[in-house]
Amino acid sequence: MKRSVFATPYLIWMAIFILVPLGIIVYYAMTAAAPDGGVVFTLDNLIKAFDPLYMGILGRSVWLAFIATCVCLLIGYPVALILTSRNFKKGSLLIILFVLPMWMNFLLRTYALINILDNGGVVAQFLGLFGIQNPKLLYNTFAIILGLVYNYLPFMILPIYSAMVKIDHGLIEAAEDLGANSWNVFRRVRFPLSLPGVVSGITMVFMPAVTTFAVSRLLGGSNFMMYGDVIENQFFFMRDWHFGATLSLVMMVLMLVSSFIFRKYQDDDSGGMLW
Amino acid sequence: MVKVKSLFQKGYLGLVLLFLYAPIATLIIFSFNAGKTMGKWSGFSLKWYEQLFQDPSLMSALSTTLTIAVLSALIATVIGTLAAIGIHSMRKRTRSLVETATYIPMLNPDIVTGISLMLLFLFLRVSLGYTTLLLAHITFNIPYVIFSVLPKLRQMPQNLYEAALDLGCKPTRAMWKIIVPQIMPGIVTGAIFALTLSIDDFVVSYFTTQGVSNLSIAIYAMARRGISPKINALSAIIFVSIVTLLLIVNIRANRVQNGKEKKA
Amino acid sequence: MADKIIDLVNLTKSFDGEKALDGVNLYVRRREFITLLGPSGCGKTTLLRLIAGFEKPDDGDILFEGQRINDLPPYKRRVNTVFQKYSLFPHMNVYDNVAFGLTLKKKDKKLIDQKVREMLELVNLSGFEKREVESLSGGQQQRIAIARALINEPEVLLLDEPLAALDLKLRKEMQLELKKMQQQLGITFVFVTHDQEEALTMSDTIVVMNKGQIVQIGTPVDIYNEPINAYVADFIGESNILPGVMLEDYKCRFAGQEFICVDRGFSRNEEVEIVLRPEDLDITPNDRGMLHGVVESILFMGVHYEIRVRLHEDLEFTIHSTDYVAEGTPVGIDIEPDAIHVMKASDMPLATEEELEGAADYEA
Repeated sequence: MKRSVFATPYLIWMAIFILVPLGIIVYYAMTAAAPDGGVVFTLDNLIKAFDPLYMGILGRSVWLAFIATCVCLLIGYPVALILTSRNFKKGSLLIILFVLPMWMNFLLRTYALINILDNGGVVAQFLGLFGIQNPKLLYNTFAIILGLVYNYLPFMILPIYSAMVKIDHGLIEAAEDLGANSWNVFRRVRFPLSLPGVVSGITMVFMPAVTTFAVSRLLGGSNFMMYGDVIENQFFFMRDWHFGATLSLVMMVLMLVSSFIFRKYQDDDSGGMLW
Repeated sequence: MVKVKSLFQKGYLGLVLLFLYAPIATLIIFSFNAGKTMGKWSGFSLKWYEQLFQDPSLMSALSTTLTIAVLSALIATVIGTLAAIGIHSMRKRTRSLVETATYIPMLNPDIVTGISLMLLFLFLRVSLGYTTLLLAHITFNIPYVIFSVLPKLRQMPQNLYEAALDLGCKPTRAMWKIIVPQIMPGIVTGAIFALTLSIDDFVVSYFTTQGVSNLSIAIYAMARRGISPKINALSAIIFVSIVTLLLIVNIRANRVQNGKEKKA
Repeated sequence: MADKIIDLVNLTKSFDGEKALDGVNLYVRRREFITLLGPSGCGKTTLLRLIAGFEKPDDGDILFEGQRINDLPPYKRRVNTVFQKYSLFPHMNVYDNVAFGLTLKKKDKKLIDQKVREMLELVNLSGFEKREVESLSGGQQQRIAIARALINEPEVLLLDEPLAALDLKLRKEMQLELKKMQQQLGITFVFVTHDQEEALTMSDTIVVMNKGQIVQIGTPVDIYNEPINAYVADFIGESNILPGVMLEDYKCRFAGQEFICVDRGFSRNEEVEIVLRPEDLDITPNDRGMLHGVVESILFMGVHYEIRVRLHEDLEFTIHSTDYVAEGTPVGIDIEPDAIHVMKASDMPLATEEELEGAADYEA
């Protein structure tokens, strides 16, 4: 009995629940409701999807995700660096603290931000002490970016930390032996060897950030839609499932292509980030 | 000089930790607030906790989340582990193909996964509810299980299985007694991953269920309407549970370490 | 006499409460090839790391050309290290690895090119500049590690069991090459190993260590012929060690017999330990010989036979001979006076099997 037969249940499952649905999306994207109640093949929706309005929103989503990713990188890289420096023997314990928020439901984390930023909330009260009344901290781009950073920061810290921790200490000693002071050790050994982790982190933040919808809906309100919001809107508000599917298709293709490009830059023995 | 640098480093870490935990801390503190607003302290009260437990929709959402998580993790782990074993034995080309295909749901934005499943269910004229939610969760969990178990299969010394057969073990028994224990860490990691993903999921659940809510959906609905201190109470409970869980895991891990050291 | 380039004074170092070095005093002369020899855990690597600067001594001083360098960080010391695991930078190719030290000093590119070429030639790897480190074999990686260290023209080269991971033939080749290199370049080499043959082959001076202390210092010939105690005798070369009594100068007693020997200076009837090297014992027909026994086993070793002869219940000799003797044959044994080495009795326990084996992968 060939052992590869064990994979059959999975293959069947995958066919039904992954491949077929993707096919259905393509089907819906390429069709539209016909006046007689049936469906007609058309590329109109695809063309509409590339309309400046929607491309603009896509662009903005990418832009916001990009900013959030950069902020996460700026904040998170030093954290990983400090945790793996020689002063910190308890780094492996402390990393848990930085990673713990990942385990809290992300909606709760987002809600926590609403809580704080709301006009009746703590930050507003604090600013009130300085005479700043009614600071509009919510329902704008700032809040969305803050929400993205807050939610995804641990996802940036963890892979960078993992990559740094794996650096063979012997390499650091060799560099010092050959004349490298701390700055040179960082620049020529630590930093280059941490880059696969950085790419991992960027992937794990940027991708979800572009496609988010809950964060932007809760923190941005209906005025600051990101691409994900628009898609959801098409399905549940505008009830234009065909167009919704089209937009989803666009997003999916964009994301899959970028993912595959990113994977090339990653340190790939890990085949999946998990061990 | 070293001392100053060390101080800066600790300070920076402290700041980042503050950033990460201040919102959560505020949530928890104000869950005990007698008043409804999140800015002014009106006195200590446990009423929001009471209201939380008396809220039928929240409680049912909680139970839904937990049961779905456990069930989907279980089923996904079984299917995924079998799949990993199967994939490991495939020829290189088929294996590459299947692995790439398995990556796709992981790389796909969850909106697309959610929508595609929703369309599937509608196409099959299955009404959205608990079952569809479960099916959806199993679906996105399986790839993570596979990619947790596969590396362990790769790291396993090749001839263990053969050694067992050589010593007279039947193939199924060898599978059970030799292979599974070796890959158990991968299975466990995969299962935990699945549990976590399931508990945390929002977007896929949002699209694949109607009427039946899980926790994330319930919170979303409440949050859209504005602040509600019941959520604070819920957050506090969840946070404490997570910390407790972590402490237990750490203490057990330490005990195992010390036990090993004592024996050595 | 060449001057001291490194002087270690009363060095002590502990890890987690355990003493790795206990008041060690040692000096290294310019252009010397000095080997620190001992089983795993004896402190030799710790000593090396103290010289390199990766550890700070708890007590004592490290002097380099007369200057105290205890507080000098590794990147400021004029020594370079060849690591046991080579520690080549995986994200750089051969050229960048070898050039590393010079790149840091911001030397002119043309100069660096030239020096790298010279170094690669020295280690017989010309043309390897663009190769990726991971594509190299163990022996090649090790030579790159040497090139990388030597390009900085250090006064002292520290080598931490660099040949441990190589197979036998390659190891022997590298031993000769390293010795040649050292003599050619005129650099001081401080070499760490647990392999006594290696030490005997390459060194000008051997420092035998045990449990954080120096047991004996001397030239290879001295150490081999005049081990100071049973520990050293057992560690270096093979030997038969047995208790004896020094009756008077030039006369001793062991195995129930009196022998003429070449040692003096012990007190009358002092209890001593006798070392007999297997190759110094001669097998004779049973009717002759000073001692008698029965051949218990004989193994063909290529160069000689290794013969175990049992004299009586608690006494057995290992003898190397080029002649075959069948198992079970009663034989006689002859011992020339200068084959008998007398040592002061010491209570230093011999190196255990674990210590000898564990040398393959340790940090001490």
